[in-house]
Parts: sequence; structure tokens; C-alpha cells
Amino acid sequence: MTETASTLKTIVHAESDSKTLLGFWVYLMTDCLLFASLFATYAVLHNNTFGGPGAKDLFSLPFVLGETLILLTSSFTIGLGILAAHKQNKKQVLTWLGITFLLGAAFLSMELTEFSRLVAEGNNWQRSGFLSAFFTLVGTHGLHIATGLLWTLVLMAQAWRMGLVRTTVRRLMLLSLFWHFLDVIWILIFSIVYMMGAL
Amino acid sequence: MLGKLTWDALPHDPVVLGGAISLVLGAISILALITYLKRWRWLWREWLTSVDPKRIGVMYIVVAVVMLLRGGMDAAMIRAQQALSVGSSHGFLTSDHFQQIFSAHGTIMIFFVAMGLMFGIINLILPLQIGARDVAFPFMNSVSFWLFTVGMVLVNLSLVVGEFAAAGWLAYPPLSELAYSPGVGIDYWIWSIQIAGIGSLLSGVNFLVTILKLRCPGMTLMRMPVFVWSVLVTMVMIIFAFPILTATLAMLSLDRTLGMHFFTSGFGGNPMMYVNLIWAWGHPEVYILVLPAFGIFSEVVATYSQKKLFGYTSMVVALISIAFLSFIVWLHHFFTMGAGADVNAFFGIMTMVIAIPTGVKVFNWLFTMFRGRVHFKTPMLWFMGFVTTFTIGGSTGVLMAVPAIDFQLHNSLFLVAHFHNIIIGGVVFGYFAGLTYWFPKIFGFKLNERLGRYAFWCWIIGFLLAFVPLYILGMMGATRRLDHYDPSMGWQGLFIVAGVGVAVILLGVGFQLLQLAVSIYQRKQNMDVSGDPWNGRTLEWSIPSPAPFYNFAVTPTVSSRDPFWAAKKHKTSLPQGEYQDIHMPKNTPMGLIIAGFTFAFGFAVVWHIWWLAGLGLAGAITSLIIRLSDEDTEYVITAAEIKQLDQQARAKGKLA
Repeated sequence: MTETASTLKTIVHAESDSKTLLGFWVYLMTDCLLFASLFATYAVLHNNTFGGPGAKDLFSLPFVLGETLILLTSSFTIGLGILAAHKQNKKQVLTWLGITFLLGAAFLSMELTEFSRLVAEGNNWQRSGFLSAFFTLVGTHGLHIATGLLWTLVLMAQAWRMGLVRTTVRRLMLLSLFWHFLDVIWILIFSIVYMMGAL
Repeated sequence: MLGKLTWDALPHDPVVLGGAISLVLGAISILALITYLKRWRWLWREWLTSVDPKRIGVMYIVVAVVMLLRGGMDAAMIRAQQALSVGSSHGFLTSDHFQQIFSAHGTIMIFFVAMGLMFGIINLILPLQIGARDVAFPFMNSVSFWLFTVGMVLVNLSLVVGEFAAAGWLAYPPLSELAYSPGVGIDYWIWSIQIAGIGSLLSGVNFLVTILKLRCPGMTLMRMPVFVWSVLVTMVMIIFAFPILTATLAMLSLDRTLGMHFFTSGFGGNPMMYVNLIWAWGHPEVYILVLPAFGIFSEVVATYSQKKLFGYTSMVVALISIAFLSFIVWLHHFFTMGAGADVNAFFGIMTMVIAIPTGVKVFNWLFTMFRGRVHFKTPMLWFMGFVTTFTIGGSTGVLMAVPAIDFQLHNSLFLVAHFHNIIIGGVVFGYFAGLTYWFPKIFGFKLNERLGRYAFWCWIIGFLLAFVPLYILGMMGATRRLDHYDPSMGWQGLFIVAGVGVAVILLGVGFQLLQLAVSIYQRKQNMDVSGDPWNGRTLEWSIPSPAPFYNFAVTPTVSSRDPFWAAKKHKTSLPQGEYQDIHMPKNTPMGLIIAGFTFAFGFAVVWHIWWLAGLGLAGAITSLIIRLSDEDTEYVITAAEIKQLDQQARAKGKLA
């Protein structure tokens, strides 16, 4: 009897995992479409500078390349964290998540540095349609990164408090999916906004 | 401290004041009635904190019906103003108030009536039709419903505190930009729809996963009832379309609050981009509303014709092609933009092509009736009304799909008549048919048939009286949203007829409310003891009425389409497995709490009360984290308990 009960429980949990995973993938697709709308808007507005500076005048590619490398590294470290989670190694999970958090925070502060430089030079989001679209597209990605950082902290607390139980591992998987997704979006931003803009 | 909020936000105009007072009095009297009946604890435990999709579905429908009354009053005011305001008479509404009323009418009817009825019926019936006990994410379902309610509250609050948008139901810029609409009306519109829209998006994800993952054993995709197919296709459309709405509204609000220039007329903004984006969501949206109605009619026609649905596969293919085509026709809403002949021709042809799969569906329904034993119960009357009016509406749509004709009819009352023809004749009639059809499954008794017929005849006659004149007026050159016109136009007679039509429709609504009251009063005579009052075909009719909270005592196994019908025909019951322990989600107030914080956030952003906005956002996020850290969200009903409950329910059915 207990055996059947535990089998049933395993089945219920496995079903619940696959539901959550599919649901999260679908959510990521909706987020992808949200970014697609912002990309389309940027594509329409990127020449509407209204006499102000354009992409060529504003962006520094080496700086953004630095941001990109930091973010890509953080995607690698969160992957190592997931591997550790599957090995049930709590200490390693916390370490890798901590490193991921620091890299993400570094990326975000570099982005904010760039934003404040632009604003200080008088090129804020009110300057032109192009700058509105730029700040919104890149800023929305930054907002997602900030959400991911908060989520990382919550999961670190959860892993530390409850250990690597099934729900924690499942949520770690979702977080890593989210983080990789943000990487993909960033690569698009890097290519379309910065590279195509500056070259 | 309170941003832009001052005492001036309270209404001054006597008509607005009257509306505001009646709204507040209505709300107070409902609260007083609950207190008097000592029903707070019951309401909290059984409804407000419930995660049961059947309860959530009923709450959706209650909200939608109340909003139907509100939107109906708006319609009556529009019609009355247009019937009176001619020549030296200026009617009883100021221009500004009139603009707010037609904006509110459209917003409420689409987002809070049609969407509410749609999600209500999906919640009630979808899990039952696929043999599931619940949706994939019960807590998220509760959050969706409460976010929808927050949007509804914000729209109605604008009547009392501040003002509503006066730029039409889609708030085209540059009129909706800060320069031309400096008040809070547009902000109320943005945030009520933004918040409700996020609820819809969550529901889209939820029901998609529910259909893909929770079907009972044996139910392959091509054995699903057509209603389930229609919901599956609709949810995919929601997933594709609603993110565009979210992004577009966010950009408009950034223009208004942070001074950005997405859609402004200066500084490199592009107003037509808004119009493109909003219709890239908006056109799929009208199909999102109508496809589930098609699904309902497919169930209704098959059941009341006592025949299997004609052309199941072609129905499914038609649904999918409509969904696909609906994403490549958005430009037909603004042929006059000046995109050029080639672009207009493409969108015109695509629009006409949609008539083909839709026509396939109409013929399939008719062939289902052909040589069937048709029982003309109320849902079938709604179907007959639908087929006739929807076909007319579809034809006028094809007419306007010709860009050259559209240039003549753009923004005229002909267009208004066309889309009401589709939305009332298609969407509203469909949901009324569905509500009547499935009512006994949810409440355990049938609705009064005679009053239902009265309501139907009032609706269809009122509909024709109200909208045929608008077609003619449109041909005569009357544009939409006029609050005053010259007597020499010769329009007044037709406007008066249209006004009478709305009065007849409201009489129909009155009959529907009476029908509900009488049916509750006489429920003992109309009990559905068998659980299968219409000799149904699908799984929901195989369980007792009202459906128990666990839906199916034993998860059914199916081996064909219309499994319940097949079982009845072979005089067997559906294959019964053994009773097993069931995991059920516990009720939780967290959905309501998250929505409460979101409301504070929405209200604060409208009025620029930034500290409250921060507080609301932080509260909502914290509540979500608290909820997700809660490991104790389920309880178990043991096999023995289920057996006892099930036998009681079945015995009651046979004994009564």
C-alpha cells in the first residue's frame, strides 16, 4: 500500500514538473513576443532622431562587448549551478548562484552607467523617438535582469533553508531557462541595436 | 503626497454625478445585503478564496453580467443622445461626457463582458470536457480572475474619481497623448486594460497547458470536443496577440508619464505605428472572442440535433486557418492610412479569404441539423439567431474588405453596424447559448424555457431594429461617434428607430434577469436529477449535476469522440476504474491579496502617487514570493471518501 502511495506521489510530482516546465516555456514565448514588439518599434523608429544624435554617435562598442561577455559568463555559471543541483550539492549550488548574481549585478550596473552617461549628456529618452525606443528596449531587458537577480536571491534563500528539494530544483531549472532566454535577447540587442547601429 | 488627486476629481456635471451616485449606492447596497444575510464568511471561504475553476468561472460570469448592464446603460445613453441631439437641441450629454461614454461602452463590452463571459465558460466547462479535475495551475487561475476584476474596478472607479478616456475604445494617438488628453481618463483606460490583459495572458498559458497536459487517458487531440479545440486555438492566439497589447500600452503610458516619443506627433514619434500595433493585437482579439462561441455552437447544435457534428476534421482545420489568417489582416482597419494599392490589396484579399473557413463552419452546423432530430430549446434559438445575423455581418465584412469600398465606409455607422452584427450575433449569442446549455451542469437545475424564449425574441428583434438603421445611416454618410448633427441630413428618424431597438434589447436583458430569478425560485421543479438533461454527448454529462468539486470521482478513459453518447448507445457506462486518492489544491486568499496590491499600484500610477505605486508593486511581489514559499498547498481526499461522496451523489440523482 505504502509502495503504491509513493509511486502515485512520484507520478503526481513528475506530472506537475512537466506541466510547470511546459507552462514556463509558453510564458517565455510570450515574453519573446513582447520583445519582438519592442524590436519592431525600434526598427521603425531608429532613424527618427529629430535632429539629435543617432546610434553611431552614442554607443561605445568595447564597453557593450564587456557587458555581453559578463552576461554570457553568467549564463555559464548558472549552468554549473544546475549541474550541481542535480548532484544535490548544496554548497556548490549556492556558490554558483552567488557568482551568477554578482555577474548579473555587474552587467546591470554597467547598463545603468551607460544610461546615466547618456542622460548626463542631454540625450535622455525625451530627446527623440529613437532614444525612447532605445531606452525602452534595452531598459526592458534590464528590468528582466533585475527580476532575475531578485529571483536568484529568493532561490538561494530557499535552497539554503529547505535544501535541494524537488520544488527548489524545479525552480532552479526555470530560473536558468529564464536566464538563458535573457542571454538570447541580449545577443539580439547587441547585434541589432549596438553592432548594426555603430558600424 | 496624493499626486494629481484632489477634491476636483469628484464629479460635478449632474449627469455624471447621477451615474457616480448610483454606482456607489449600488456597491453599498450589495455590501449591506451581504452583511445583513451574514454571508461574509461564506463568501470568503467558498468563493473569494476558491481555486476551483467552476467557482472562478461563476465569478467571471457574475462580473461580466454586471458589466453587461453597465455597458448597456452606456449604449442606451449613446442612442438617446443621438436620437435627441439634432439642430437646436443638444441632447442631455456634453460632448466630453458623450466621448467618455462611447469609449467606456467599447472598453467594457470587449474587455469585461465578452472576455469575462469567455473565460467564465471556459473555466466552467473545459476541465469537465477533457475529463480533468482542475486546470494546470489553479492558483494562477485565481490570480488571473482577480486581475481581471482589478481592471473592471478601475474602469468603474473612473466614474466616481476623475474621468474616463474620451478617445474611443482603442485610444488612438496623438489624441490620446498628454498634449491632447491631459486628464487621467486615458491613464485609467491604459491601466485597467493592462492589468486585465496580463490576467488574460496568464489564463492563456494556463488553459493551453491544461489542454495539452491534463486530458484523460484515451482522449487524443482528434477526439477532443470541438469546444476544446476552439479553446486550444484561442489560447494560442492569446499567447501570440496579448504580448503585443502589453507592449503597446506600456509604450503609450511611457509617452504619457515619462515624456517619451513613441506615438507623439513631434520629436520623431509615429502615431500610425500605434494604430498598426494595436490592431496587430486587436484583430486577433475579435477572433479570440468569437472562436470559443463557435465551439459552443458546435456542441449545442450536435446535442440538440441528436447527431454527431458534421465534418469534425474540417471544423478543426477551419479553426486553425481562421487563427492563422486573423494575424495577417490587421491593416484592413485602416486602409485609409495610405499604405498604397499593393499593400491594401494584400490585406483586402486576406480578409476575404477568412470568409472561406468561416463559411465551412456555417455549412457544417447546418449539415449537422440536416436530418437530425432537432429540439428547438433556447440554445438552438440563439444558434438560429446567430446563423442569420452572423452571416449578414460576415457579408458586410467582406464588402468592406474591398479597399475601394472601405474608403467610402471608413469610420461610418456602416462599420459600427457591421462589427455589432458580428459581436452581438456571434459572440454574445454564442455565450448566451452556452450559459443556457451548461447551466444545469453547474447549478443542478435548468433555466426557465419560456422566459428564455421571450429574451431571445427581444434580443433578435431589438438587434435588427437597432442596427439595420445604422447600416442605412452609414450609407447616408453618418460617421460614428457624433454627438450632434444637422436636421437637414435627414438622419433623425433612423436614429430614433435605432434607439427603440436598444430599448427592446434592454427588455430582453430584463427577461434574462427575470428568467434567472424565476428559475432559482422554481428550481425544485426544474432539477436536473439525471446529470444529463439534454441527452448529451460529451464527458461533462456523464457526472452528476451540479458537478462535484472534484469533477470526476474516477478519471474516465475514452476510446472515441462523443464518448458518453457512444456509451449510452451501446447501453454501457463509461469504463470505470477504481477509486483513488485525489490531490486537490487548497483555497488561498493570495490571489485576492496580490490583486489588491495591484489595484493600489494601478490607481497610484493613474494619479501619479508614486509612493503608493512602489508600495503596491512591492506588496504584490512579496505576496507572490510568500505564496511560492508555501509548501502546504494541497490536500488529499482518500479513495474511501471519494467513494462515499460519489455514491451519495449518484443515489441522490436516482432517488429524487
